[in-house]
Amino acid sequence: MPALRLRGVVKRFGNLTAVDHLDLEVPEGTCVGLLGPNGAGKSTTMRMLTAQAIPDEGEIEILGLPVPARSKEARALCGVVPQLDNLDVTLTVEQNLRVFAYLYRVPRNERKAAVERALGIANLSDRRDTKVDNLSGGMRRRLLIARGLVHQPQLILLDEPTVGLDPQVRQELWALVDRLRSEGVSILMSTHYIEEAERLADTVTIMSHGKAVAAGTPRALITEHAGAEAVEVYGPPAKLQEVELQAKAAGYSTRRTGTSISVLNANGYEGERRPTNLEDVFVLLTGEEIA
Amino acid sequence: MSAQQRRLGRLERPALMGVLVREIINFASFWRSSTFSATVEPTVYLLAFGFGFGSLVSTVGGYDYVEYVGTGTVATAVLFSSAFPAMFGTFIKYKFQRTYDAILAAPVDTEELVTAEVLWLSVRAGTYGCAPMLVAIAFGLDPSWGMLLVPFIAMIAGFGWASFGTVIAGVMKSIDNFNYVTSAVLTPLFLVAGTFFPIDGLPQWAQVLAQINPLYHLVELVRHAVFGFEPGADLIHLGVLVAFALLMWRLAIHFMEKKLID
Repeated sequence: MPALRLRGVVKRFGNLTAVDHLDLEVPEGTCVGLLGPNGAGKSTTMRMLTAQAIPDEGEIEILGLPVPARSKEARALCGVVPQLDNLDVTLTVEQNLRVFAYLYRVPRNERKAAVERALGIANLSDRRDTKVDNLSGGMRRRLLIARGLVHQPQLILLDEPTVGLDPQVRQELWALVDRLRSEGVSILMSTHYIEEAERLADTVTIMSHGKAVAAGTPRALITEHAGAEAVEVYGPPAKLQEVELQAKAAGYSTRRTGTSISVLNANGYEGERRPTNLEDVFVLLTGEEIA
Repeated sequence: MSAQQRRLGRLERPALMGVLVREIINFASFWRSSTFSATVEPTVYLLAFGFGFGSLVSTVGGYDYVEYVGTGTVATAVLFSSAFPAMFGTFIKYKFQRTYDAILAAPVDTEELVTAEVLWLSVRAGTYGCAPMLVAIAFGLDPSWGMLLVPFIAMIAGFGWASFGTVIAGVMKSIDNFNYVTSAVLTPLFLVAGTFFPIDGLPQWAQVLAQINPLYHLVELVRHAVFGFEPGADLIHLGVLVAFALLMWRLAIHFMEKKLID
């Protein structure tokens, strides 16, 4: 039984179809990355998993429980780390954790230990009496993650866990997520940072306009869509456009890389070579224009 | 099948507890300021009207004026400590602090969230509601056994007004719109409740309006609890307060569900 399964899930807001027949699966004990540009439907998908948005069509099953019908039971087994920090800022670190130990129904005789454990995960044991207002951004994010883990959930839903953080803090959080996965927790992580998905996710689902446009291991997706190597050509815009047209005419896929143009699947194409990466796949599949 | 399972899991104690614990721990960090405003404001009314008007009129409806106002402003204290914190608190937690996103991701439903928050405000209103009465005692109001019922009456009314505040927070798109409610609904109701002057001196239409004003029924019931019950009339007053509380509670859940669940 997978930890999470979505089949044909549709969510509409008026004329906008935010999630469009989405299939998604998180096998037990794995980390699945939900990758897509802003507005692809990742956050709506996340909200449907906690029944804060109700799908118009399709089926959702979390740890064998149908959602939204038995969402409350499912929520008790899930840990949620939201994209936007919603800690109680006037409370201390420890108080925030204690409130969630109650909300997640940690039995009375285990509450203290659960809070201590979460303090340890967040590495904030010596800051337990500090008000959230006085924490640094990285500390707040660690606390936000630890808050979602206070009841030792079987499935963790991470919504853009490192958005807006310094590189050092991001790496620290990656180590934390990686440790959780090695402990056997199932994880669904939405992100628009490609490196994050590449490092942490066992499999990746790429979303665009509410649909899953590709799914697989990062390696397999790269090989399938971008080949082993790309050729990167630098030059003035006029030249780049010429290269783009030529390559397309010759049957190659290309992507713009800002100052250069990359010809993907570049077997037989002359030029300076570089290994392909997940970003090539991402841009190829989700489009070059920003919505 | 699923409907039945949902019904089994409604208004669960652990969920209500969780939300209450959050409110109580938070309250510990701001109880001073909210206790100050909830008790000092009605006391100022009591003193200003009690001594201001009291120097012109010594008795109203057979009561000493300070005692009349002292019992009447119990309703003011209840209103101020339930409707306003519910309106502003709910809106701020929803929109700015995003607290509800976090709570609803836990095994707590909107119905439980709203109920627990309203329950907590009604306990506060039951407590703060007694402040003007205690001040009035200091100024000569004679203690009576019926006063022991005042916190409970205040709690029932507080439940209704806190639910009312939650409805407003659920319906309004912007916090600025609260001004319409304060000016057009709460202030008139607050004035035609028999708090500072008896309603039988008002024009007919205002007297009719008072009959559907829960604050009027609260004022009457509190006064009777303190000075002596009138069983027939008081059952109606209590009935109106309970009906108001139940209606507003269900409406609060309805509108908050609409707001919180897409």
